[in-house]
Formats: sequence, structure tokens, C-alpha cells
Amino acid sequence: MSEAVETPARKEVRETLIVSRRVREFPDDAHTFERATSDGAYEIWKEVLRRADVQWIHDEVKASGLRGRGGANFPTAIKWESLPDNGLPRHLVINGDEGEPSTFKDRLLIEGDPHALIEGVCIEAYRIGSHRAFIYLRGEFALGADRIEQAVHDARAAGYVGSNILGSGFDVEIVVHRGAGAYICGEESALIESLEGKRGMPRIKPPLPIHVGLYSEPTVVNNVETVCTIPHILKMGGAQYANLGVNRSTGTRLAAISGHVNNPGVYELEFGMTLRDIIFGIAGGIRGDKQLKFFLPGGASFQWLIASDEHLDQVYDIDDISAKLGTTLGSGAIMVYDEDTDPLLVAWRLAKFYAHESCGKCTPCREGSGWLEKVLYRMSHGQGRPNDMDALLDISAGISPDVMKAPFTQTTICPLGPSPVSAIASLQKYFRAEVEAACAAGVPA
Amino acid sequence: MTTTEPQSTKTTVSVTIDGNTVEAIPGEMLIKVAQENGVYIPRFCWHERMKPVGMCRMCLVEVDGIRGLPPACTMPVAEGMVCHTETPAVKQAQDDILEFLLVNHPLDCPVCDRGGECPLQDTTLAFGPGESRFVEEKRHFEKPIPISNVVLLDRERCIQCARCTRFADEIAGDPLISFVDRGGHTQVLNHPNHPFASYFSGNVVQICPVGALTAKPYRFRARPWDLATVETSCTQCSVQCRGALQSSSNRLVRLLGIDSNAVNHGWLCDKGRYGFEYVHSDDRIREPLLNGAIASWPQALDAAADALRSARDLHGAESIGFIGGARGTNEDAYAWSRLAKGVLGTDNVDAQLGDGLPAELILGVERASIAECDSAAAIVLLAPDLKEALPVLHLRLRRAALDLRVPLIDFSCAPHGLSSEVTHALAAAPGEQGARAEQLVAAVNGASSDGVIAAAAATMKARAGTIVVVLGRANLAERSDATVQAVAALAQLPNVKFLSALRRGNVHGALEAGLAPGILPGRVTIEYRDAVAAKWSAIPEAPGLDTEAMLRAALEGKIKALVLIGADPIADFPDRALAEAAVRAVPTVIAIDGFHNESTQRAKVVLPATMFGEKSGTITNLEGRIQRVNQKVSPDGLAMDDWRIASELAFRLGHDFDLETVDEVTNELVSVAPALAGGSAQLFRSARDGVRIPVAQHHAEVQLRKGLGLTLDGPDGVSWEPIKVEAEITVESVPENGNTQDAFALLRWDGGSVRVDLPGRDAYALRLIGSVSLYDHGSAVSESPSLVGLRTVPKLLVAAADLQRLGVPNGTEVHVASANGAFNIVVQAIKGLQPGVAQLAAGSGNAANALIDAAAVVNDVRVETIR
Repeated sequence: MSEAVETPARKEVRETLIVSRRVREFPDDAHTFERATSDGAYEIWKEVLRRADVQWIHDEVKASGLRGRGGANFPTAIKWESLPDNGLPRHLVINGDEGEPSTFKDRLLIEGDPHALIEGVCIEAYRIGSHRAFIYLRGEFALGADRIEQAVHDARAAGYVGSNILGSGFDVEIVVHRGAGAYICGEESALIESLEGKRGMPRIKPPLPIHVGLYSEPTVVNNVETVCTIPHILKMGGAQYANLGVNRSTGTRLAAISGHVNNPGVYELEFGMTLRDIIFGIAGGIRGDKQLKFFLPGGASFQWLIASDEHLDQVYDIDDISAKLGTTLGSGAIMVYDEDTDPLLVAWRLAKFYAHESCGKCTPCREGSGWLEKVLYRMSHGQGRPNDMDALLDISAGISPDVMKAPFTQTTICPLGPSPVSAIASLQKYFRAEVEAACAAGVPA
Repeated sequence: MTTTEPQSTKTTVSVTIDGNTVEAIPGEMLIKVAQENGVYIPRFCWHERMKPVGMCRMCLVEVDGIRGLPPACTMPVAEGMVCHTETPAVKQAQDDILEFLLVNHPLDCPVCDRGGECPLQDTTLAFGPGESRFVEEKRHFEKPIPISNVVLLDRERCIQCARCTRFADEIAGDPLISFVDRGGHTQVLNHPNHPFASYFSGNVVQICPVGALTAKPYRFRARPWDLATVETSCTQCSVQCRGALQSSSNRLVRLLGIDSNAVNHGWLCDKGRYGFEYVHSDDRIREPLLNGAIASWPQALDAAADALRSARDLHGAESIGFIGGARGTNEDAYAWSRLAKGVLGTDNVDAQLGDGLPAELILGVERASIAECDSAAAIVLLAPDLKEALPVLHLRLRRAALDLRVPLIDFSCAPHGLSSEVTHALAAAPGEQGARAEQLVAAVNGASSDGVIAAAAATMKARAGTIVVVLGRANLAERSDATVQAVAALAQLPNVKFLSALRRGNVHGALEAGLAPGILPGRVTIEYRDAVAAKWSAIPEAPGLDTEAMLRAALEGKIKALVLIGADPIADFPDRALAEAAVRAVPTVIAIDGFHNESTQRAKVVLPATMFGEKSGTITNLEGRIQRVNQKVSPDGLAMDDWRIASELAFRLGHDFDLETVDEVTNELVSVAPALAGGSAQLFRSARDGVRIPVAQHHAEVQLRKGLGLTLDGPDGVSWEPIKVEAEITVESVPENGNTQDAFALLRWDGGSVRVDLPGRDAYALRLIGSVSLYDHGSAVSESPSLVGLRTVPKLLVAAADLQRLGVPNGTEVHVASANGAFNIVVQAIKGLQPGVAQLAAGSGNAANALIDAAAVVNDVRVETIR
């Protein structure tokens, strides 16, 4: 890790391994207690207990500028500061319900470095004064669940988790909970409903979970990568961490790159690289010597970009990209499509996912996502009608009234509703002519 | 009249809605504030009596300073909020949401029961697009599937507003239906093999904003525009929920709940909702019968009058008894009371059938209102299972306990509908309620105590407000003595009031009208005879007999003529052996009823009476609230109103009541009844939520309906919402102190001095609890096709420990025997029942009546395996 700290390689096209260093260095056994502890796991946790200084944790994390890695980019320390002091028990919930198409970066940590997660959980629980932390895992993560449970077991046996940890008087229990296969449970309030044993549906906000969360008590919900980063920040110092990255996008972030690239995978990138560097440098360019047609810089839920210089020269910076290009870095997934790709087919496949995963609570999402999917199916399977694209935009406007703008508004409770609309807006922006041609001519189904 | 949960602060905030600034209670939802100020924001999922869920997104509005379009149903108002409900963006959103809702809606309005009164139809017309652009295949489900014996579900029509699922979960506490699947396939379903068997299932049909939920009794019976409607009150139990009674072609077809904040919050139980069916049963008595043969009214009335006259002349007035009258109107009860006491001179009159509490206690304790439970310091349950006895009161108390955090202190030793909400369970065994209450009161007064008594006393002292004791006959297999003793103790508590839980429809009105021994109309004893003296020619000198005493007198041959006013003592009196022998021993039985029963079989004269929906008048509920009931259909056959029958009999006995209309009866009752001083037929007709008695004491809460008659056009403009009155005026004409009556004449119960000496219990005996059940053997259930199938076979409920101790396998048929009788019955272990007791449905024709000796302080039974 030390070499990464010493030379922040801004704009240099290479990875900066902090959060993923252990799993990348020891891909075969980083998940084991022996390997993890011999590699320094729980050292920071011990240091935290030795110092017994909550403010130190807080100050370092605040200085690091760490922002939530689940997609909302909310500053972690500010979230802690919002915790009400009302005498109620506080809960820590780790959102490991990573289920969006093309997003698989948390999986690397869950399966590969569970002890880093547990160490982060312990430290954060200590910071917020929570004695019960819940790790909510996507139901399909069978291997991840096994490894996390084994890791919790080993950590408890070693006295790092449980009651009176290492004689400090501090208690924290970790509960591993597996979801039942619903994407919506990645939304924090639906996740809390699911944890409470209810049907996973988002809650009305306000109140936010930080005020009224799990069991109506103050609850911090954090993404896996965010929590895993905390021990590293304490180890290297918040200011050091903040030296990495660019502007308010400090540090590194795991990017899951998939699609028509030569080297798909999870990469740990320092903020500040260009998208061209990422796609053509880190991920090795488009496979088969094809041309890049378009790409999704922030996962399945946000607007697309195309192979223009303006888009490719955009810096990987949370705030800059949304200010300039109206899209976001989302969940850290980058999906790349080559010249042979039918954008309609991509839009349909994404809409199908959102129609399938709509929880059914809000009318616009429940009915609108299915409607979009049906129209897109027709359009992408040779049964398009001339005014289908306008119909799509109209339907989309019912879910997200400012459909062509970003950040969008929405008529639904949670952002799942507008998610398929991003694809429609992207079709309109970049592929209107191609779509109209397809609908006019008809394509063999 | 409005319910507001956040009552913490009285200060209001200024909110501007479409340019008009109004004052509102902070924390109220914008949708409700707008509605109360004349701005209707369309909605489907929001319901005034349930927590907001924000699902349908129909109520999106613009609020200055908030990005996007927040839903008005989840937006609490705050000072300075500026809201717009008619901007282009809002209109566009309303268009969009409705188009989305119709995407998968089958649009089968022409064959849908909801057509014509459908919120989706109405809202689409008022706020929606004229046409749909949806050309894809709609979602398909199997057309209506039964989710219970009464309710059917058409999932294609459902718009997933979660009103039904929230009602079942939050209000009824029967979370038997819920969403399954997701996205466009989201559907409401009951759990496999678990029907939506809720006592309150009909409410989900009423609040469904589309035709997804329908109920068998109304399916395909009528179109809404063909219905004629009157506002009335349900008379199945003494809660007397407000309702809109609807008929088509002179047949009752539907009863809808009306939202009365004082009483029912718009809910009805299924027995109330569907029990009207018995009015049109083929088994109705349609003609007068004399000695079992059809007779003319003059023949039958003459025979009845002759029997009464000869009994009085030959054996004295005390040889005549009147039992019943708790099913009719106040006017009926008054006419019977005047006939019995004021004409014949007998005081052997009792509206209760040995299954209630002494009239002087019910009339003489300080009465709480239902609404007072919402803000009570504590609610003490000294009552039967309210879910079975008074279902909608159960809902109110459940809400008070769960949502308003009012502590419940429970005397019951058996599990009941509110068991899981009970804060302190005192678990008094049969006969021990009095002793337990005395311990509790002593603890409240500072005596040292421990355990649950100490905890309950601490709870009662910890909160300000009234202590409401819900007071009823929890056990039909014991005398009322222990309950009376408990009331005497509890009456010593500071700030205590009592809410009667006597069950029979208008029992409180009947008692108030004088249908009880020693009682005259208006909550006075027979010593206060001045009020009635002007109208009545004879007034009994001494208190007469109650039902049990009448039955014993009949056994001794002292009752020569017995008038049964809609009463069946053989089935309903808890001691069947006594009642059966007594009725047989009476030479002349005169029955006034709608249906034949075991007692009418013994009657020389049977007179057909009008029933619910066939007559008008007033009724009085368990909190002493007088409300109007209204006629909707013409009486079946030759049935006549009770008060007319009584007048006709009086006329034949030489007394002209000179009463021509029901309003005249009401006014005469008011004129002779001190507790009703200040009332009038006109007032009762126009008071929106009824009038509590003593009228003079509660005049401040009387609100008049502006203009008479019923309108189904609520502020929503859609008929399925609770009927509301937009403008009210407060009564000013009600005098503080009654007319010329001495307000202090009103009966005050002195507490009595009943002590209960419990007999010892042998190790093999179980002390019996005779419980009530909603779906009983009464004619409302037996003669209503929708309800009769819901009746379950009673089982003997015993604690598992007792079954083990007695060596009886759970679920087997056993021999149960008391000193009075014996039979075989299936035994079932039940959680929460105190060891040493056994529970069995009693009263209302139940087999348990054969076990009960009415004279015994408590009844013990022995359970034996059958060899």
C-alpha cells in the first residue's frame, strides 16, 4: 500500500491500489483470517481501541473527503454528523445488495477481502456508537455470504467482534443477512424494510434513515466499498488520502468495466483520469479492433455517452461529469459498446431489467417501466411504429418530468423509477435518427 | 369532528393553497388541509383513517422551494408553505398518472359493480386524459377469485393502492392479505390456504377505489344509479355504527359505513354490513298468528289484549311479565314501557335476558364516550372479548392502544382480540374480578402491592386523563355479582368513567326508556314518578322482577301472561334448563318477533314486527348517544312497528296513547324522561353525530346537519368517501338544566354491597367461562345467507397444561358435565387461557347454556374422555 501513497500518479494511466490491494496481491487466500491478519487486518481496529478517540476517526474521515461509493456520493463524515442525539440505539447497516446490471465491484471485496469489511464495520460502529451492525448481502452472493459469515466467525473467535472487544468494554455484533433477490433492496429504505422482515419497498422520505431508520431508530447505511475504505484512511491519514484524486472527488474508486473491451474487470482508479484513459488505457480498448459506439459511464441507471472527444476527454470526477455532461459516475460501473451494437436493444434489455425489478409501489414506475419495456421490445424487434420514439419520451416524462435533463426530477419515491428513462433520453440525444430508421424500415425479428 | 393525531400543539400554521392562505394544524398532511378548505386533490391510496403510504402518486402537487412534485398525502404542512394544485406541471402529472393506472386496468366498466360510483372512473373523468396511447397487451389474471367466503378479488382491476392491505394490517389487525410479486405483476393476494377471514373484511370492499374487491351480497344486484339511500345506524350491536342503507326495488342491497368520528370512523363489522340480509329472509313471520294459525291483526291483538286483561284482573298486575325490547327503537321501548308499567301496572319488565348487568348500575355510573378512550389515562377492560361482542369498539380500542399509546389494563383470564395489546393483564379467574379490582384500587390509593397490580396502579397514576372502564358481562357462566363488586371498587378511583359493553342492539335505549325493573324513562327510578304521571295512568309501587326472577316466578306458576318483545329466553338466557321450564309453565305467551324461535313456538299469539330498515325512530348506543334510524323499504308482509303494536294493545285495554307518528312518540318520551330533557324529535333528526344523554349535559357537542336529508356527495365529489357535512352550527337552544325536571333526579348508582363468596373448586373441575361469539345462533346470522356459513362449531377451550393434567388429547371429543347438564364436545388447547378454567361459547342458543346454573355464583365443569 505504501508505494501507492508515495507517488500519487495523477493522470498517469495506471491503477492505484488501496482498497483492493490485498485481494489483488493475494487473490487466492486474501479472504482467510490467516492471510488477512498476516497482511495487517485489524491492526487499525486495535489502534482505534487503543486510542479510544472517536473524534480522531471522525476528523480523519472528514479530512479525507470520503464520499459514499454506492452512487449517491454523500460525504460519509457529514452523514455521521447528522445522527440525532436522541438516546435511541443506533444501527449500522452495510449495503451489500449490489444487483445492478454491470455493477460488480463490491463483490470483489465481499468475496475477496471480508476481513477488511469487518474491520471497517467495527471502526464505523465504534464511531457512531452502534452495537449491532447488519451486513445486507445480495441473495445471489452465495460465496460472498459464506466467506463473510466465516470471517465474522473467525473475527469473533479472535475477539475482534463481540462483547468487550479486546478488553475495551466496547461491544459490536455483526449480523449477516441475505436478501431474497430484489434489486430494490439496494435502495436504503427498502433495504431497511427488508431487514425488518417486510416486503422490500422504499419508505417515504423524510424522515431519512439517519433519523428514523431500522426499527425506527437512527441508522447509518453505507456501501461496502465506503466502509472498506475507512481503515485505509485511518492508516494513511485523511489528508494523505485527500491528496489523491481531483477536486472534491478524493481518493480512489473501484470501477467495474464490462462490455466490448479487451480487458474487462474491476479496477481501482484514482479520480482524475480521463474516460479515454480508462476505456482505452486501463481496459485495453475495444475488442476485435472495433470502434467504440457508446458507453455507460455510471452503470445501468444513468445517461450514456458516445465516442466523441468531448465525452472521452471528460475527467473521471463525480461533480465535473454531472455538471458538464449531465450524467453521473453512479455505482462505479462502466459499460462499453462497440460499433455493431444496436442501442435500441441495449435500451430494451435495460428497461426489461427495471420493469422486472420495479417493486410495484409507485404507479409511474410500476406501470411505466412495463410499458416502456413493451414498446422498446417492439421497436427493437422489428415492430416499431413511426411515433414510438415520441411515445417513449412522453411515457418517460410521466416518470421523470424533465426527461432530457439531469439531474432529473421524478414522480416516484425512489430513483428506480427514472432509471430506464436514462436510456430513453440517451437514445433521443444520440441515436434518434438510427432509431427512427429502424422503426420505419423494420428489422427482422 | 376531525381527527388529528398530532394534537401536541394548539398553534396553527399558515399555508397558502392555490393563492388562498389558510390556517392548519402543523403536521397535518397537505391533502387533508386542502380538502378541509375546499380544494380537492385527487387521490387513490390516501385514506383519512389510515397512515399515508404515498403509492399512487395521484396527489402530486407543486410546493414552493421543493424540487419536483411531492405528493400531498405525505407532505406535512409547515408555516409559510405555498402550494399549487392546478399548475400545468401538476395537471400534466395527473394526466400521466391516470394514463399509467389505466395501462393495465381492464376498462370493463360496463360489467363492473363499481361502475357509476368508481373513484377511478370519476377521477379519470375529472382529472385524466381522454384516451390512452397504450396499444400493448394488458396484464392478465384469473378473473375474480374468492379471498374469503364473502369477498372476491379481481386482480386485473386492482390499481395497487394498498388500501385493503393496510386496512387489514393496520386497522383490523388481520394481516391476511398482502402484495405478492412485483412490478407490473404486483397483486394483492391472501396467503395460500388462509382465507381473508376477518370480521372486518367488508370494509376493504367499501374503501377499494376500483371494482377489484366485491362482496357476494351486492355483486350484480344493482347499479349505483338505481340505488336509493338513507342514512341510518346499524342495530346489530350497541355500538350503532353510522351507515348508509341502500335499496333497489324495495329490497335492501347494501349497508355502507359512514365516517362518524364519535362512533365508527367509517368502519363496520361484517355482521353489521351483511346482517341486513335477514330482513328479506323467507323465514320472516309475515302475518299475525293465533294458536299457530294465521289470523288478522284485530283477531290477534284482541286475543293478546284479552289475555293480558284477564291475567291482570284475575291474578294482579304482577302476574304479567315483559321480557325483551332491546332490539327495537327507543320509541318501541317507550311504548312497551308505558304499556307494561303505565297501563297494566306491572314492573316485571326486563330488556336483558340474564346476560347483562343490573340496570341501575348501567344507568347510574358516570358514562364515558367512545371518543374519550382515545385520550384516556388508561382503559380498563372488565368486559367480554370486544372483537366478538362489539367489533367496531374493538377497532377503536385497538387504535387507542396501538396508535395513541393508551395503556390497557385487562381483567380477563382468557385470550381475546386485544390480548396482544394489553399492558397489564390482571387475569382474574371467574368470580375473582371484585377482589382483584379492590386490590388494584387499594394499590392506586397507596397500599403496598407487588407484581402486576403494582405495575397497573403505577400506569394508571402515571398519565393524566380519564380512566375508562369498559364494563360488560365477561362471563355468562357466573352471576354478575363479581363484576358488580369490581365496579363498586373501581368507581372509587379518581377520574373514572364507565363505558358499557352490553351487547344487544338497543339495550341502552331500552333501559333508558324504562324496560327494566324499578326504572322509569329517562334514567330515574320508580320513586321519581312525577314526570310520567301526566301521561301514565298506573305506575308500579315497588320494583318488579328481572328476567331471571320472572322465570323463577313462572316456574312457581306466578306468571300468567308473558310478553316476549323480540326475545327468545329459551335460547338466549344462559341457563337453558330454567328458561325452558319457565316458558313452558306460563299459560299465555305473547311473542312479538320477526322470526320463529323456540320461545315463539310456545306462544298463543305471535305478532309480526318490523325490522331494521323497515322502520324509523331513534336508538341509543352504549355511550348514551341517540341517533336516528331510518326506514328504507316497506315492511315485509303485514309486519307492524312495535310502538304501534303496543299502542293498539293499550287501546284495547282502554288507554288511548294518542300517538300517531314516530316523532310524536319521541317527543312524548323526551317530555317524560329527565335524561332527555332538551331533546326533541327535530333535534335527533338533525344532529349530525347524534346527541348524547343526558342531553342537557352534553349540549355543547351537539352539531346540527345543515339542511336535512342525505347527500352522498362528500367534499370529494365521489360517493365512496365518508359522508360529511360541510357546515355545522352549534345548538344553542338546549337549556343547561333541562326543562322543568330536577337534574338531580337522575339515577346515581350507590355502589351496592355485593360480596362474592366463591365455592371451592375440586382438582378435576374447571371453572367455566361462557363467552360470546360474533357469528352466533341469532337470526341475524342464521337468516343471512352471507353470514350463516361463517359460523363455527364451538369447541371447549382449555389450557394445554390442564389437558395434560387431565390426560385428554387435544382435539378429541370429550364429555363435559356440570351440575346442570352434560354433552359431548371437541376440546381444544388454547394459548393464553389461565389454567383451571374452560371457555365455551354461551348464550344465543349455544350448547353451553345447558351447563349453566343461573343461580350459581360460578359454574364448574368436569371434562372426561369418552370411553
